[in-house]
Amino acid sequence: MSVVAKNLIWGVKRRTIVSDVSLMVAPGETVGLIGPNGSGKSSLLRLLAGLKRPMSGQVEINGQDIAQVPRKALSRQVAFVQQSVATDTNVTVADVVRLGRTPHRSALAGWSEGDEAAVAHALDRVDMASRRKQAWQTLSGGERQRVHIARALAQTPQVMFLDEPTNHLDIHHQIEILRMVRDLDLTSVVALHDLNLAAMFCNRIVVLEAGAVRACGTPEEVLTQKTLREVFRVTAQIVGMPGADHPHIRFSPE
Amino acid sequence: MAYDTSEGGAARLVLFLCLSLIVLIFAVAAATAIGDYNIPLRTVFLSVTNEVGLTSAGIAPIEQSVVWNLRLSRALVAALAGAGLAICGAILQALLRNTLAEPFVLGVSAGASTGAVCVIVLGIGAGGLSLSLGAFGGAFAAFALVALLSNGATSGPNHTILAGVAASQLFNALTSYIVTTSGNAQQARDVMFWLLGSFGGVRWPDFQLLLGVVIACLAICIWMARSLDAFTFGDEDAAALGVPVARIRLVLFAVTALLTATIVSMVGAIGFVGLVVPHAARYLVGPLHMRLLPASAMIGAVFMVIADITSRLIATQQTVPIGVVTALVGVPFFAIILYRARPQT
Ligand SMILES: Nc1ncnc2c1ncn2[C@@H]1O[C@H](COP(=O)(O)OP(=O)(O)OP(=O)(O)O)[C@@H](O)[C@H]1O
Ligand SMILES: [Mg+2]
Repeated sequence: MSVVAKNLIWGVKRRTIVSDVSLMVAPGETVGLIGPNGSGKSSLLRLLAGLKRPMSGQVEINGQDIAQVPRKALSRQVAFVQQSVATDTNVTVADVVRLGRTPHRSALAGWSEGDEAAVAHALDRVDMASRRKQAWQTLSGGERQRVHIARALAQTPQVMFLDEPTNHLDIHHQIEILRMVRDLDLTSVVALHDLNLAAMFCNRIVVLEAGAVRACGTPEEVLTQKTLREVFRVTAQIVGMPGADHPHIRFSPE
Repeated sequence: MAYDTSEGGAARLVLFLCLSLIVLIFAVAAATAIGDYNIPLRTVFLSVTNEVGLTSAGIAPIEQSVVWNLRLSRALVAALAGAGLAICGAILQALLRNTLAEPFVLGVSAGASTGAVCVIVLGIGAGGLSLSLGAFGGAFAAFALVALLSNGATSGPNHTILAGVAASQLFNALTSYIVTTSGNAQQARDVMFWLLGSFGGVRWPDFQLLLGVVIACLAICIWMARSLDAFTFGDEDAAALGVPVARIRLVLFAVTALLTATIVSMVGAIGFVGLVVPHAARYLVGPLHMRLLPASAMIGAVFMVIADITSRLIATQQTVPIGVVTALVGVPFFAIILYRARPQT
């Protein structure tokens, strides 16, 4: 499914946080969203997922204006992994992943084999199958993150928005999760801070700066010394890697 | 301890509900037998079967009348009030994601009291119906105030509790103001009834009304139980899982206001039940609302009937306010739950 944003504007009071963002994500594409803290990545993802209403502009998923789609129907197709979540409730890992089936179940329907299969498969994908019964509260930061990704997978979405999904993850799982997102047959937009991971796993990269799209294109086009200096205020060298089709960034201490 | 909620859990719930139903029946029987004047259980049983038309045993009419007209209706209203308050607590704790949330803490009970007092003292309207309407109006006013103070859904859960504290202060002050400026001694005494809570004076029509309200509200809540589960990680997360957050909140807040107002207009503002019972239920059947709500209702019912019995036993000549007893019985119980539910480190 394609995701198209047209002239999205959103803000609070006098401050514009997302200013006139348009972007187009083709079906099956993995798009990276990068930008400094506070540049509006999370806000943009919320707008794309329909969790916030834009002040103007619209989002179309599969050609349909999401403002016209009922919340439940939208959630059967679109999953959203938040930057951080917390709860005081004493739930198990399995309970949390089961929540991913919410949009697929009617109010009183029982738990079906299909539901169970989706949950088991999702837990398997993030290496958490053996922890089904563990209390969510007792998980480590990275394990929580993986459980939330599993929950999004259990939603069996066609579009996935992930807000810094590699937070807290060890390097093996950072690569595993991003590889999985790329290889799954779904359209995804991923906010990332690690530019090398973005270069490695994204088909295209969007650079946000102060709520506006600064650059958009393939990793080679976008990750230039000039952009890195101006947007991220770092000095870096872009090195081509033999045998790899993506650029590698080497940061300098200066 | 966290619960696995797979299929085994459903059998566990059924077992739990059956057991608690048996306990409830015994508690109601005890509540009917015990009083200023104790009536043997056998007489209680026969009086009930006589009234229902199953038997025609020779029972002293006075005893039969006490059992049927005074004590049984009172015990059953107590059970329903306990169930209703426990449901309200479970709902509010889920929606606001705060373990302290309940109608009493959020000022809804205080609002309902103010509404009821307006009707009694200022004489707006007359009769039982307008009293309930007054309580209902007050409960809604309190909810509206809390929503306004806590700035709708955008603020954190703690903010709502603070707004609730402010609202209950305001409404309690309003109640006191109305009573002291325009009430006479008799009215002041009547009003104490709402402020402290008592099951004296409830009769069958109260039971019928409350039964209807509790069943309807419980049905709506069960219908929305799945959505309530989705609030585990907050409103925005619930929306991401396909829950129409604004609509669910509106309906469920209205349900809690209706339940609280109905209960307050009959038996006064009773605290603590809505707070402590859902915790006990969560401990016993886990956090999923499809199980938590019926379990809370049953525990709440048993708890309130026992509290009512206790209120009659601790002081024979006087009626101890039921709110005093719920706190006295509830606090040690709550301490045990807190202790056992502490995170394993
Ligand atoms: N509801 C809100 N009210 C006020 N300001 C907000 C609100 N939501 C976001 N902001 C502001 O908008 C800006 C963008 O926030 P956003 O969370 O989208 O940034 P981000 O790019 O995801 O940052 P990070 O890399 O730190 O996650 C921030 O400066 C934030 O303070
Ligand atoms: Mg962010």
